[in-house]
Amino acid sequence: MTTMNREEAQALIEEVLAVYPEKAKKDRAKHLAVNDPALEQSKKCIISNRKSQPGVMTIRGCAYAGSRGVVWGPVKDMVHISHGPVGCGQYSRAGRRNYYVGHTGVDTFGTMNFTSDFQEKDIVFGGDKKLDKLISEINELFPLVKGMTVQSECPIGLIGDDIEAVSKKKGKELEKPIVPVRCEGFRGVSQSLGHHIANDAIRDWVIPNRDGDTSFESTPYDVAILGDYNIGGDAWSSRILFEEMGLRVVAMWSGDGTLSEMELTPKVKLNLVHCYRSINYITRHMEEKYGIPWMEYNLFGPTKIAESLRKIASFFDESIQAKTEKVIEKYQAEYEAVVAKYRPRLEGKRVMLYVGGLRPRHVIGAYEDLGMEVVGTGYEFAHNDDYDRTLKEMGEATLLYDDVTGYEFEEFVKRVKPDLIGSGIKEKYIFQKMGIPFRQMHSWDYSGPYHGYDGFAIFARDMDMTINNPCWGKMQAPWMK
Amino acid sequence: MPNVMIRRNDAGDLLFYVAKKDMEETIASVETDTAESWGGEVRLTDGSCWYIDPVSPPPSFPTTLRFRRGDD
Repeated sequence: MTTMNREEAQALIEEVLAVYPEKAKKDRAKHLAVNDPALEQSKKCIISNRKSQPGVMTIRGCAYAGSRGVVWGPVKDMVHISHGPVGCGQYSRAGRRNYYVGHTGVDTFGTMNFTSDFQEKDIVFGGDKKLDKLISEINELFPLVKGMTVQSECPIGLIGDDIEAVSKKKGKELEKPIVPVRCEGFRGVSQSLGHHIANDAIRDWVIPNRDGDTSFESTPYDVAILGDYNIGGDAWSSRILFEEMGLRVVAMWSGDGTLSEMELTPKVKLNLVHCYRSINYITRHMEEKYGIPWMEYNLFGPTKIAESLRKIASFFDESIQAKTEKVIEKYQAEYEAVVAKYRPRLEGKRVMLYVGGLRPRHVIGAYEDLGMEVVGTGYEFAHNDDYDRTLKEMGEATLLYDDVTGYEFEEFVKRVKPDLIGSGIKEKYIFQKMGIPFRQMHSWDYSGPYHGYDGFAIFARDMDMTINNPCWGKMQAPWMK
Repeated sequence: MPNVMIRRNDAGDLLFYVAKKDMEETIASVETDTAESWGGEVRLTDGSCWYIDPVSPPPSFPTTLRFRRGDD
């Protein structure tokens, strides 16, 4: 099928919606739209951040996932206690591939699972005593731990345990920050509220810790990387570019990040925001309280990288700007070779995306650099401002789907027939069985990094080996031919 | 009476951000915007209207202020 025009795309949406009962149809219709790049504001065409319909297959996560898994989890020298039953922590343990350096179990704890393992009696009599004991135990077993967070799971909120009181008491006793995070899974409509709660906890418990301390020697070129979770090493391949530009990266939030890096962030000159959705709350706070400007950047694909690096450099003096040009020039031969090699193999291929916080819009540039076209995109848990930013990136009459259901996504794919789908593990095998090449765009399908110039080479290779894999021509059994 | 964070965007316009409501709008007009005070009726580009007693001296942005719903 060739590219659709507006009417055809609208007709497709109507057709997909036709199976729903009247009420569900009315609600879902607000979440599906045909893109119009001329629009300034997304709320004119799409509604987002609403509760999912009961009975549909949604791909969203919960507030605990947003806080423990996304924002707090990668802070490597703290122990994050999954306070509640054992499952939430255990089934999400180490699944996100946020890489870090350190000795796990000695000075870093990223891939370990700490839980209070709630039993029936804890639900009945409360778990505060258990939490108290647990915190002391962790401190004794892992004396190099720099601090702890208490990440509440659903039952904590339901039975009304006072984790704040326990945290305060133990924090004083151990002289380490113990951060209570009220991220019970039932809060909010998706993991997005978990990000917000985690940001608020950082604001209240971490950011002011070194307000009176002037011992940190700052330079005029201090920056912090915010909202890069170092999936497959992404933050590292970004960081080297900033350092080559002459900037000093003081903190990485939170991929390969530490507690003291977070505490020092208010001393930087510019906050570089990668994932706007999960970290904008704290950057807004730092802008207000400390006057630190922030900007969003995008390091997917050479076009966007050059654009972003120049924009970052514009916040600094001419020496940085000159070095930035040199960095772009230095890598030019490298990325041109990548484009020359893979573009002929990928030219004109069509992609559908359905991911989380920033990738549905950020990776579009990288695909376009390879001559590919993104024909549909959507977010699990975006808000209006994310779609505001997406409208301009997407082409005319492409599909936008917010919190897409399993059924809708399959139907769209059957009709649009893209050459590649980028989404998560839950969608992967359905589409592979349908014979459509698929890449996981949350975990980079166990590859990566994809950020920066080094990442672009890996990105191009991965897309090529998926799309041009000979297996896709062998989906039909020989006797069925 | 929501808490509203007001900041400038890249173009220099004032943005009206309500974190709880997940709403960010550009401010179209402010009733009083002089060297002495800032406030009164604040109209947004989406047509809604908000009110704050004029703040004196004018606050330096970004800042958080408490607004009331203005009557249309």
